[in-house]
Amino acid sequence: MFRYIVRRLLQMILAFFGTTLIVYALMFAGQGDPIQALAGERPVTEAQRAYLTEKFHLDKTGVGGFFYRYFDYIGGLLRGDLGESLTGRRIVDILAQAWPVTVRLALIALVVAIVVGVTCGVVAGMRRASIFDNTTLALTLVVLGVPTIVLAPLAQYLLGVKWQLFPPTAGSQPTLYALLLPGIVLGSLSLATALRLTRTSVAENLRADYVRTARSKGLLRRHIVGVHVLRNSLIPVITFLGVELGNLMSGAIITEGVFNIPGVGFNLFRAIRTEDGPLVVGIVSVLVLVYLLSNLLVDVLYAVLDPRIRYE
Amino acid sequence: MSNFEGVAATETLARPGPSGEPGAPNGAGGKPGKPRSLAGDAWRDLRRNPIFWLSLTLVVIVAAMAAVPGLFTANDPADCVLARQHAGPSGGAIFGYDFQGCDVYSRAVYGARASLLVGALSALFTGVIALVVGMVAGYFGGWVDTVLSRIIDVVLGIPLLLAAIVLLKRISTDSPTVRIAAVIFVLAVLGWTTAARVIRSSVITAKQQDYVAAARMLGAGNGRIMWRHILPNSLAPAVVVLTIALGTFIAAEATLSFLGIGLKAPTISWGIDIDTGRVHMRESAVPLVVPSTFLALTVLAFIMLGDAIRDAFDPKLR
Repeated sequence: MFRYIVRRLLQMILAFFGTTLIVYALMFAGQGDPIQALAGERPVTEAQRAYLTEKFHLDKTGVGGFFYRYFDYIGGLLRGDLGESLTGRRIVDILAQAWPVTVRLALIALVVAIVVGVTCGVVAGMRRASIFDNTTLALTLVVLGVPTIVLAPLAQYLLGVKWQLFPPTAGSQPTLYALLLPGIVLGSLSLATALRLTRTSVAENLRADYVRTARSKGLLRRHIVGVHVLRNSLIPVITFLGVELGNLMSGAIITEGVFNIPGVGFNLFRAIRTEDGPLVVGIVSVLVLVYLLSNLLVDVLYAVLDPRIRYE
Repeated sequence: MSNFEGVAATETLARPGPSGEPGAPNGAGGKPGKPRSLAGDAWRDLRRNPIFWLSLTLVVIVAAMAAVPGLFTANDPADCVLARQHAGPSGGAIFGYDFQGCDVYSRAVYGARASLLVGALSALFTGVIALVVGMVAGYFGGWVDTVLSRIIDVVLGIPLLLAAIVLLKRISTDSPTVRIAAVIFVLAVLGWTTAARVIRSSVITAKQQDYVAAARMLGAGNGRIMWRHILPNSLAPAVVVLTIALGTFIAAEATLSFLGIGLKAPTISWGIDIDTGRVHMRESAVPLVVPSTFLALTVLAFIMLGDAIRDAFDPKLR
């Protein structure tokens, strides 16, 4: 168990440096003159140039200088200092304001995925090849196949603009009700995957030897399903949903952009449109970190839930 | 136990369909006496799967649209007259005109080319990278496998959309060819890992087979064994993964173009049109709905096709 966690941790650190290095190298290496790029069309005085060179350690050149600045950036990232966006706001402040909204949206999406996905998945898994099973399989395939950039605007149009069941956009102080439709749209993908996962897992476990034993002991069907099958079937589902929470927090770019929800994804959406380079890098770095951490947590959780993984 | 065997039995009985031959699960379709290969079995399964035919038809139609858009519409997608803004259907423009006064249907038809080009080429490059990495890792094992598997882990840990955003932000040119090439490159570089894992594990299974040992005893070298024996036997799962990946890449391209960092204006892309249509949905929803439908159907077609092929090759997943 301990060895597994250590191995997993080392792997994550590798992934962290790999990703941040790529992000950093792509954003800042090989640019012509970064100071001129910062100033845009305006001329830069000698004093300003000297100050900026000093501030960003631009006097160190070559590969060594690149890594010096890279570790500077990593240090800042770990200390929670992400610099400023082109509009002059501190990126940490932008994120601090946006994060709670995104977390709320992600939680709504996750609840939708768990309640609908897992319930339907269990039913479908127990009644394989029934009408319910085939219908949900076909429906989930459709949901998995329709990209968010189709689903989100269409849901917004039909439910928000045409039939007016939900507010079409959320605005700056979104209520829970305003977040409901985006939450469902965001959660639909996880819902479909969770449903399929639960279904396969339940169907597989129903064939297991311990279920046969339980049945021959004369246990009630609902006891077998509720205690034995469900417990073992939900392990992969929990893993998936854990990873998905990380995904939902970072993957809400389209949904937040379409529904005008002032979360992290929306800020990234806007930063891309306004060509705000530092803001894009800052947000992406943090999101990658969240993604990696949630993956790590889930893998450790998995090892706790499923003892077999320890001997891997 | 009997319960589940019963379920399995009814499944096999039910599968051949009402016109099929129940009770003759073996050799029902083929010539009697001739042993059938796995591929032959799969093909027999595929042939009677309506989803397979449906998705294949869709794929063929979209491919035809990409190759010869002139077959489907006579109108020029670049012929935009602002006076026709959001005008209704007329003169071949069966879905009317969009905000810029362009023919909605014609643009949707011409949009197939960029999508399919990006999807197919990304899937092709993904396949090549995944094949090389998966084969080498699976066949040689040992430290080569360890290193390659860790690289796969790291790349798999990078969220695709975020990384693509960062990579594509660097491309500032507006030249359509360069942008298409950039999107293909980004998707291939980020998207090969799943396929590589699948190929690696099927190569590991294949290399332990007796025919590999036999080939080696006959004096075949590594290259020959990999090319002649292992590759054909581990290709089926790769084809499935790549078909589904093709659909995902098309969706990814549209998403990136939607965000404004994928393909850009002179290129016609469903993603761009969905974005424009979305902004003006209150005036007219048609310019949003038409490219959305085209995109969704195309992505769905590829995913369903991959799903059907997988079901045929791997019946136990059913």
